[in-house]
Amino acid sequence: MSDPSPPSVSLFVTCLADLIRPSVAFASIRLLEQAGCIVDVPVQQTCCGQPGYNSGDYESTVPIAKKTIALFEHAQFVVAPSGSCAGMLTEHYPKLLEGEWQERAIALAEKTYELTSFLADVVKLDKAPAILTQMPTVTYHDSCAGLRELGIKEQPRKLLRELCEVDIKEMQQADVCCGFGGTFCAKMPDISGKMVDDKLRDAVATGAGMITGGDLGCLLNIAGRARREGIDIEVRHVAELLSGDLYSPAIGEGE
Amino acid sequence: MELQSQHFREKAADALADSAAVAQRDKIAQFTPIIRDAAMQEFGSFEALRKHIKRIRQHSLDNLDYYLARFELEATNNGNQVHYADTPDEMNSIVLDICQQHGAHRVAKGKSMVTEETALNDYLQRGGLEVVETDLGEYIIQQAGETPSHIVAPALHKSKQEIRELFLEKHALGERALETTEDLVDEARSVLRETFLKADVGIIGSNALIAENGYSMLVTNEGNGDLCANLPNVLIICTTLDRILPRGEDATAMQRLLARSTTGQAQTSYTSFYSGPRREGELDGPLETHIVLLDNQRTDILASDYKEMLQCIRCGTCLNHCPVFAATGGHSYGWVYSGPMGSILTPLLTSLETSEALPNACTSCGRCGEVCPADIPLPDLLRDLRHEQYQQKMTAPRWRVGLKLHAWLAVRPSLYQFLTAMLTTVLHRLGRKKGSFSQLPFAAGWTSVRDFPAPQSGTFMQQYKARTKADE
Repeated sequence: MSDPSPPSVSLFVTCLADLIRPSVAFASIRLLEQAGCIVDVPVQQTCCGQPGYNSGDYESTVPIAKKTIALFEHAQFVVAPSGSCAGMLTEHYPKLLEGEWQERAIALAEKTYELTSFLADVVKLDKAPAILTQMPTVTYHDSCAGLRELGIKEQPRKLLRELCEVDIKEMQQADVCCGFGGTFCAKMPDISGKMVDDKLRDAVATGAGMITGGDLGCLLNIAGRARREGIDIEVRHVAELLSGDLYSPAIGEGE
Repeated sequence: MELQSQHFREKAADALADSAAVAQRDKIAQFTPIIRDAAMQEFGSFEALRKHIKRIRQHSLDNLDYYLARFELEATNNGNQVHYADTPDEMNSIVLDICQQHGAHRVAKGKSMVTEETALNDYLQRGGLEVVETDLGEYIIQQAGETPSHIVAPALHKSKQEIRELFLEKHALGERALETTEDLVDEARSVLRETFLKADVGIIGSNALIAENGYSMLVTNEGNGDLCANLPNVLIICTTLDRILPRGEDATAMQRLLARSTTGQAQTSYTSFYSGPRREGELDGPLETHIVLLDNQRTDILASDYKEMLQCIRCGTCLNHCPVFAATGGHSYGWVYSGPMGSILTPLLTSLETSEALPNACTSCGRCGEVCPADIPLPDLLRDLRHEQYQQKMTAPRWRVGLKLHAWLAVRPSLYQFLTAMLTTVLHRLGRKKGSFSQLPFAAGWTSVRDFPAPQSGTFMQQYKARTKADE
């Protein structure tokens, strides 16, 4: 039997990785290529539309959803280094759209994955692109959309442990929201601040030197609060860790 | 209860400033999900049963006209008098009329959020009646002159020490230690015993109205509901018409998830079914029983896009799992219902404009929807309310403008990428050394409590395009 043709993946970069932390998207490409995928990046992509959608502006989100569907529906697989953006494509586009567009949204949803679940469940990545001699001890924050909409819990942990021999110290309430919530964190900063303080308290209590997770929104919130409060804990996206990129400054750290 | 939801933000800020109360809420927020998880694991079939309960609740609501008529017929045959009230005031006046017809002076009351909704206690007291709450939590907050902070555990916000001081102040019982929780419960029990024995009328709520036999089900952990129902000569059950279930077995199916979800118990200490007044030859029970069914917007909700909210079984599990509720406490929501279910019900029962903050007090974390035993898509309903606010222009203009601009740019990739590249270049240059910004124009909400991490050098799209070009 001949080798099956390699899986072809279109990367949904996510706007936060595009704008704030491109190293997450490059790490994702390295990981996907390591898993034998042919990766392409549709360059007309922008944002999945969550800010408006979650704030109740469904009407303006519809054209964004349609544009994203049209751009990605020809892909064999669509992968995003974010549970909330992948969840937007798989769970919310089909709710938002009607008729023919809804069918197209469902078809796209069926082949869209969050990065770690795609690597662990679909292409079964078994070797990291680069093995670092000294991996830090980390604690893993389960971002809400990935956890509850997509069922992502074990996949990133399995990859970190089995591919990179990372020691994971679980924090209390790892599955409780960090207080980011998209525009929530700016609309109700006091409440959000309390929630991220709880997250940092639980993370610090593990003794791990790093918080990692699969969603940049949460990580920017956690890192931003850690910087504000002078809490010494590194924050990095799980894709960076898995791909061996510990060289760029951690989120919120200076050069 | 007076609507205070317009003050959510201020109340939440006050709640967060009270460090002792914050510590108490933190403890409870960590504890309640653990006991629920343990109960569900032992039970083993949460998903299957909640789908079943959802179907039952939806079926009951879809056929409310049929089942209500059936309930009324059966309940009347059992000797009850069934009343309908459209508005809170109508319910209050029906209840006061019944009390006055019997020349009642004292009322013993079981816990009922519906009567909190209608502010029945105030109404009856203005009518000259003495009303005593007999659920321990409700009794405590009544003594303290407060309102419930949780639909199931109304005094959840009170520490043991606060309750001790309250009892020492309110009960003229002389010198005593009241050191332990048991002491406090014993004292409340002995004080309340008198209330039950002296009451002319008992008022209770209902967890389910069973259409096939006209029974009303009530669950309590203290048995106070039974004493309110059985000792006074007159019993009044106050509830809303959406509590209807077709069969007794539907009520017991619901009961299997109700207590497990909230308190982690397999079963509440008391599950009572009230059929009607004392029958000939029976030794005890009320001589006259009334069932008052309040609508107060429920039939409007039934006809709306928020119909699924009526599936709610009032277990309080969404409150126990909401991180915003944990941070702010129930009182911040400013009305009877709090947490996710309150953030949906309060706007629907009162005004979306007045309770503008509530649907926004949500990170869309989805935890409420995950644990809801009636499988209500709470996060979707909260977002739909935000959609309605957006459509009705209740969303703040600066947010509307910002979101519109973002959406406009998001479908214009070339312009979007040009502008974001410019912006991130500036931010990278300014922030690269320090790594983050403590202040940023147009991001005051973000930077009020946290730094904004500086972007890396160049957007991904810039870098990717440059690399692809170099490869060619």
